[in-house]
Amino acid sequence: MRLRFILNGKPMEVDTHSGRRLLDLLREDLGLIGVKEGCGEGECGACTVLVNGKPRLSCLTAAIQVEGKEILTVEGLWENGKLHPIQKAFVETAGVQCGFCTPGFIMATYALLSENPDPSPSEVREWLAGNLCRCTGYAQIIEAVLLAAKYMRGDALRVTRAEKTS
Amino acid sequence: MEELKVAEETRVVGQAVPRLDAEAKVKGEARYADDLAFPGMLYGKAIRSPVPHARIKRLDLSKVAAHPGVACVVSPADIPGENVVPVIYRDMPLLAAEVVRYVGEPVALLAAETREAAYRAAELAEVEYEELPAVFDPLEAVKSDAPQVAVPEAAETGNVFNHMVIRKGDVARGFAEADEIVEGEYRVGYQEHVYIEPQGVIAVPEAGGMAIYGTLQCPFYVQNAVAAVLGLPLSKVRVVQTATGGGFGGKEDVPSQLAAMAAVLAWKSRRPVKVVYDREEDIATTSKRHPAVIRYRTGAKRDGRLVAVEVEFYYNAGAYQTLSSAVLWRGLIHAAGPYRIPNVKVDGYSVATNTVPCGAFRGFGSPQVIFAHESQMDELAVRLGMDPLELRERNALRVGDRTATDQLLEESVGLMDAIERARELSGWERLRREAEEFNRREPFRRRGIGVSTVMYGVGMGAKAPLLDKAGAYVKVEADGSVTVAVGNTEMGQGALTVLAQIAAEALGVRVEDVQLAPVDTSRVPDSGPTVASRTTTVAGAAVLDAARKIRARIEAAAREVLGADAVEIADSKVWPAGGDSGRAVPLSEVTRWMWVHNWDMGATGWAQGAPVDWDPETGLGKAYFVYAYACHIAEVEVDLLTGEAKVRRFWAVHDSGKIVNPALARGQVAGGVAQGIGYTLMEYLPSLEGRIEGTLMTYRIPTAPDMPEELVIDFVEAPYSDGPYGAKGIGEVPLMASHAAVANAISHAVGARLTEYPALPERVFALARNKTHPR
Ligand code: FES
Ligand code: FES
Repeated sequence: MRLRFILNGKPMEVDTHSGRRLLDLLREDLGLIGVKEGCGEGECGACTVLVNGKPRLSCLTAAIQVEGKEILTVEGLWENGKLHPIQKAFVETAGVQCGFCTPGFIMATYALLSENPDPSPSEVREWLAGNLCRCTGYAQIIEAVLLAAKYMRGDALRVTRAEKTS
Repeated sequence: MEELKVAEETRVVGQAVPRLDAEAKVKGEARYADDLAFPGMLYGKAIRSPVPHARIKRLDLSKVAAHPGVACVVSPADIPGENVVPVIYRDMPLLAAEVVRYVGEPVALLAAETREAAYRAAELAEVEYEELPAVFDPLEAVKSDAPQVAVPEAAETGNVFNHMVIRKGDVARGFAEADEIVEGEYRVGYQEHVYIEPQGVIAVPEAGGMAIYGTLQCPFYVQNAVAAVLGLPLSKVRVVQTATGGGFGGKEDVPSQLAAMAAVLAWKSRRPVKVVYDREEDIATTSKRHPAVIRYRTGAKRDGRLVAVEVEFYYNAGAYQTLSSAVLWRGLIHAAGPYRIPNVKVDGYSVATNTVPCGAFRGFGSPQVIFAHESQMDELAVRLGMDPLELRERNALRVGDRTATDQLLEESVGLMDAIERARELSGWERLRREAEEFNRREPFRRRGIGVSTVMYGVGMGAKAPLLDKAGAYVKVEADGSVTVAVGNTEMGQGALTVLAQIAAEALGVRVEDVQLAPVDTSRVPDSGPTVASRTTTVAGAAVLDAARKIRARIEAAAREVLGADAVEIADSKVWPAGGDSGRAVPLSEVTRWMWVHNWDMGATGWAQGAPVDWDPETGLGKAYFVYAYACHIAEVEVDLLTGEAKVRRFWAVHDSGKIVNPALARGQVAGGVAQGIGYTLMEYLPSLEGRIEGTLMTYRIPTAPDMPEELVIDFVEAPYSDGPYGAKGIGEVPLMASHAAVANAISHAVGARLTEYPALPERVFALARNKTHPR
């Protein structure tokens, strides 16, 4: 069947079938390998994408459910090699290790910061409860989210080195 | 406290430079195993045994082969080379031909055009099993009437794969001299790696041989395994590491098995074959941390001096040897802890059972015994009426002391400094006091403060010194940028970045000018396995060796170009020694000159671990060339009504010698602390008659809210003279130390000794309720 939606800001039209997972549509048919499969059962959050601005697990979402909707993946965040402030923050705080969980965390962060631009550390912690990371112990991920929030609020100049590394 | 040696001054080493691979990862561009596809690629799948122990009476794959989309089936007879997955022993077949020894053991393979077809076809195999008596518990399996599980050539006796000992001094005399003796039995279950990227490889036939792409730690192990099953020379097998989404030991030996499966299917079908496990298959059939039963007896004088320790421990190895002998050995060497003990007797057994083979997991056989020895230290402290931190200080190893294997520690022992720093940072006395006050005040909640101290033998040690080597190739390009090739792998730990920093430091270039070549066994030197926290120390030394050769050539060229007697190089600039660095010329002018004048721009480097030597009869000798140390302190709160335990605050101090990149080292520690918290509190993988059914819903690992709100990490640096810029390893140590601090904090909180992991709420609830000695 024919499926129409907006993918990373661009209109998209593809053929698919009713049993296809959004995850497979994005990864296999559209080559968006930044969408990761860590479990395929809704537990790890590595496959998180935004559907109409809300975080969704693409492994539990049927492709046909996104008809007419807007989808954002990690590939849609950077342009011409320029990193989105969230991506930049993850690099700067060393919130990335193996990186397999990273796109999912970045998309979850994007959703959080559009809802709550100034979250407290414990709000960040709670929000990220659905994303598993086995490498970092989360400390530097939480720092990345807080740093990204600062960048996005536009007071990047007041971010000191000490805050980044404390 | 000893004076720490002042380390060499460095510009790049010691800096928190951003990871070289971070940008590709945040963009979603890094290509992991399942992100690669090749034209004509098939999907491979194993047909596995549903029973724990049986003779295979009949294997009929005709329905599998007839299923639409199936391109190829493989039974043991189709394996062109040897039917083996070689690890340390050669007892594990790729496909069980006569007898299956665990649930999930592969008996046949298939490859299909789609993943769905592969899954469906796998259900259609007709296999007739004649079930045999099975045994699952190592204490049962060692009995003389137990069913024989181990392949006899791979076992010392019966189902005992290996029995290893330490005999130092005279424990009977030691215990006779002791004023206090504590005794205990401790048990731990499985711990599953849960690297977020599951196992995956792709085999691609090429030029009379085979290329393997995969998520893996040890490309040379995979090369060896694929050559064995295909009957090819090593030079016809090429292994390329894809981006690797976590390893933690879980991608040490297991990728050899996947690669061998994919290779045999690709060989027969002459098409690329991808084998990627889903999470369920990954949890059910791949290696894990060994479950264990551990018995300790520890004696001390009234002043706290340890006089004797006696240990007996059993590791459930599973059906085949894989890495268990090496895991057991590390457990053995680490059994006495980082303490000075004159009389030591240790007996370790790894035992075959009809369960999935266990293997490498961060700490490699040491966390199990650390749980026990750190519990014993706290029990002793209670008996002696002594502060547990002080008890550790009294016995902590220092330079000039001898370890449990009678190894003289000649340098680089930062344990006392780590303990002191952890005491200071945590405000230990006040912490303990506040916990006691809280506990008097609160009717239904208890807080406890726990500590643990550990040592970690860096590298392969005296059990496998032949693997403790590394090659490197360093090439300076005409424009002054640098390419480094090593056979060690990046799996998230930051090896690439750390090795680039070492090269940059030695050459005097900026770290962003250094590029690590992709790991491809046909193009990088054999650097041994990426395990045992050895990459920084051993591969780093190889990089340093190569870089120094190039540096000498650059300096010679620069003297000619600048017409100077001596030159200085830093930040990719060159100037006459003693001169004004403001008038420096770019390094590229010199390297361009070298290139134009046909100079050799590349050099190989080589390093091996300092000699080790250990006697299996007595268990004595120089077990490892150097040790890393750590002291962790945890504050835990237990809800007495539910038994739930939460880590509130945590302090981790490490001596891993010179820290090459503080941001990455901090990440290693935080990640290890999380895995340790998971090991103690929640990671529970039951096995019923050898059947493991786990998903990430039932096997819980820590999430962000499970982590302490305050996590303080610090380093004391006792440099190691043979390590690059004084560095020792760090990767495994944080996990080793963290879990025992949490366990001791729980015991302190509820006033009774936790003797089994994980401390699930029902266990903690029962412990608090039925404790033998009320607080
Ligand atoms: S892959 Fe979707 S939640 Fe894990
Ligand atoms: S960085 Fe490896 S799982 Fe998060």
